[in-house]
Amino acid sequence: MSSKDSSFMKKIKSWPLLLPVVALFLVMAVNILHDAAIGANPLSFFTITLNQTTSSGTILYGRIIDILNRGSEVAILALGMTLVVSSSAGTDISVGSVMSLSASFCCMLLAGYGVANTSELAVPLIVGVLAAFAMGTLCGAFNGTLVAYFGIQPMVATLILFSAARAIGLLLCNNLIVYVRNSAFGAFGAFTGILPTPIIIAAICIAVVALVLKNTSLGMYIQSVGINPKASRIAGLNSKKIIFLTYVICGFFAGVAGLVNSSRITSADSNNIGLYYEMDAILAVALGGNSLGGGKFNLAGSIIGAYTIQAITTTLYALGVSTDQAPVYKAIIVVIIVAIQSAPLKAFFRKRSLKETKEAAKA
Amino acid sequence: MENNVVLTARGISMTFPGVKALENVDFTLRKGEIHALMGENGAGKSTLIKCLTGINDFETGEIHIDGVDGPVKNHSTRDAQNVGISTVYQEVNLCPNLSVAENLFIGREPLTAIRTVDRNSYNKRSQKIMDDLGISVDVTQNLENYSLAIQQMVAIARAVDMDCKVLILDEPTSSLDDEEVEKLFKLMRMLKDKGVGIIFVTHFLEQVYAVCDRITVLRNGTLVGEYPIADLPRVKLVAAMMGKDLDDLASIKGESKDLSHEPLEISARGLAHLGTVKPFDLDIHKGEVIGIGGLLGSGRSELARSIYGADRANVGTLKVKDKEVQIHQPIDAMNLGMGMLPDDRKAEGIIEDLTVRENIILALQAKTGTFKRLSSQKQNEIADRYIELLSIKTPSPETLVKQLSGGNQQKVILARWLATNPDFLILDEPTRGIDIGTKTEIQKLILELAEQGKSIVFISSEIMEMVRTCNRMVIMRDGEKVGEVGGDITEQKVMHAIAGGGEEK
Repeated sequence: MSSKDSSFMKKIKSWPLLLPVVALFLVMAVNILHDAAIGANPLSFFTITLNQTTSSGTILYGRIIDILNRGSEVAILALGMTLVVSSSAGTDISVGSVMSLSASFCCMLLAGYGVANTSELAVPLIVGVLAAFAMGTLCGAFNGTLVAYFGIQPMVATLILFSAARAIGLLLCNNLIVYVRNSAFGAFGAFTGILPTPIIIAAICIAVVALVLKNTSLGMYIQSVGINPKASRIAGLNSKKIIFLTYVICGFFAGVAGLVNSSRITSADSNNIGLYYEMDAILAVALGGNSLGGGKFNLAGSIIGAYTIQAITTTLYALGVSTDQAPVYKAIIVVIIVAIQSAPLKAFFRKRSLKETKEAAKA
Repeated sequence: MENNVVLTARGISMTFPGVKALENVDFTLRKGEIHALMGENGAGKSTLIKCLTGINDFETGEIHIDGVDGPVKNHSTRDAQNVGISTVYQEVNLCPNLSVAENLFIGREPLTAIRTVDRNSYNKRSQKIMDDLGISVDVTQNLENYSLAIQQMVAIARAVDMDCKVLILDEPTSSLDDEEVEKLFKLMRMLKDKGVGIIFVTHFLEQVYAVCDRITVLRNGTLVGEYPIADLPRVKLVAAMMGKDLDDLASIKGESKDLSHEPLEISARGLAHLGTVKPFDLDIHKGEVIGIGGLLGSGRSELARSIYGADRANVGTLKVKDKEVQIHQPIDAMNLGMGMLPDDRKAEGIIEDLTVRENIILALQAKTGTFKRLSSQKQNEIADRYIELLSIKTPSPETLVKQLSGGNQQKVILARWLATNPDFLILDEPTRGIDIGTKTEIQKLILELAEQGKSIVFISSEIMEMVRTCNRMVIMRDGEKVGEVGGDITEQKVMHAIAGGGEEK
């Protein structure tokens, strides 16, 4: 092997996104093999076509588009979750419930209190949208206060809204599933031009966070506080405020995800919106190669993780696994991906490759 | 085994990764004696005690206990208790929500004929134990209803009742007030009369002279010596702990500049962080280097921390450049032109998973503001400048700081503060754990900074370093500022001041 090759390999091996990307490729490979096996075009997974539909006009269609579309909420949640994990070495398990509460609050305002089914908006759309964001932010502030200023364990602090937020949402909706059958409201979950709107919203969220992290020192602060809050304080950082802020951001994105999710079904179904999304968001962070012990984070990894989860789900459906059984296979795949990234296995592979190079040197 | 001797340890050695914690240490404890084990933090006191109690696995050496044939090697505290060694720590390791009697008998409750716990019997027995020891408590009350001193005594009573021959008291008085300490001493003397050998570890010199018969001094993991109390007056004890022989001490300090006409940089009146440092007054002039002397645990770091707001001062007033200020947290102090290099590099200094560059610019960035991110170019410039200035040995500015050696990590933190261009810099043990060459460099740097008109507080365990660099020294003892040494500072003066009172002259 030439030295140039080995330095290239070294670079690849130390690339933090290596494993998340490999995991995503593996999921794609399964699709290709399956398609080939059933005699379909092996590349049909990647095929994107323009389809004519009666409801939305000309739209992009394909499995990749579907994954990007369906994965939007988890990708949006993963942004906030990554920051929370980094700063506080804990997870916000309330994001799914907060999604639901934000959606309920939004729909309640749009439909008017007590109205279960309407196509007329009671208030301007923008009020509802901002209300969803505000509700998410408020919940985030609540979680952040408990964690940062009262020193409560993140899991326990966010458990409160995890169980309460859906109930509060039902209360706001007078125990009804509120339907807002309005095309303006439904647009957030439908199509803009030929692209699904959720993809655009997710892209905007990702871009905003990436820009903020690039142009402010917030990213360094969050990591610094996550690695060593005491030392960060001595160096002039307000550790509590920074932890608080990450929860607020996480709550805000839960509000955004809640709006998207409820717009897809043009209703606020308190019991089902965002159900188990907190787990997917946490999983996305872990799949992205981030340590749940806090500190260093890799936002791109979390985003790849989020779409990997959706890719697994979509693949399973493509393979004909029934909806009921999908979680079983999903669990198996996730265990494998997480295990590959675990420290003992990494150490094992490193040892083996060392041994191999030694043996190669001997021979 | 010699008559009267209850415990001997011979040639104990023990290594932690990278550190020789104990090297060939001997220790002898006699029946009915209170034996002080002295040394600064890191001298190996705790390590030795942990070897005796089975928490540490020592590598070489032998421990003999009266009444046990052959060398003893304990593998757990339970083993240690079985051969008669009991330990009472600073924090009481008992259950506050159980009664005194339950705490005395937990794990060894007397049973009735049908194997249930015999409450009656153990309440009676407990009351007798406590009465015998002259501790007046109602043993059926929960432990939490009693003061910390009583709780500590219950822990001791439990140890004594388990037939201990050797009682180890590890900093038992740290959180007690004077009256409680006196009660504890009474109990210790009573146990001594009963023939129990007591090992007493404390930072308080007065207490050593109040109750102990003998002193063993450790330093840097080695034995300095064992002395009867009468042969080791305070000043000699301090000298032994710090590794200086008083006879060798000569003044090497040149002329000291009088800077009292310079404007005041810092002026504290009655400032204190209650619980760690008692109210103190302190003036620091522009361009002055102030040393804080005192044994570890005397409050010398805490004094500095209360000025900087690392531990927020809860009483007193602080003026910076003649303006009264409120410092709630470090960033407030930084905005007033302060900086502090904390003594615990790992816990409060480095952000180990960040790069050298990020560690260097962190404080400056915090001072500049979140939304005014220093450009990458500026960051690299600053990092490069200080890496060169302080000759930090790092493969690149993008290396994680945890991969650097301790001395270079220290320089990184120093760079972090120099980058903020402070007017007042607190350096708490900047030279700890680094090689002699770097130590000299740092001392030179301190003098240079002072020359530039910066005021500096310099804290070091090595008095000579402070004697060489400081204009004035503040002396701390037991959390209290007990005096200042100014003018012609000599190590002798400082050590006398640190040892304080007693048999001076």
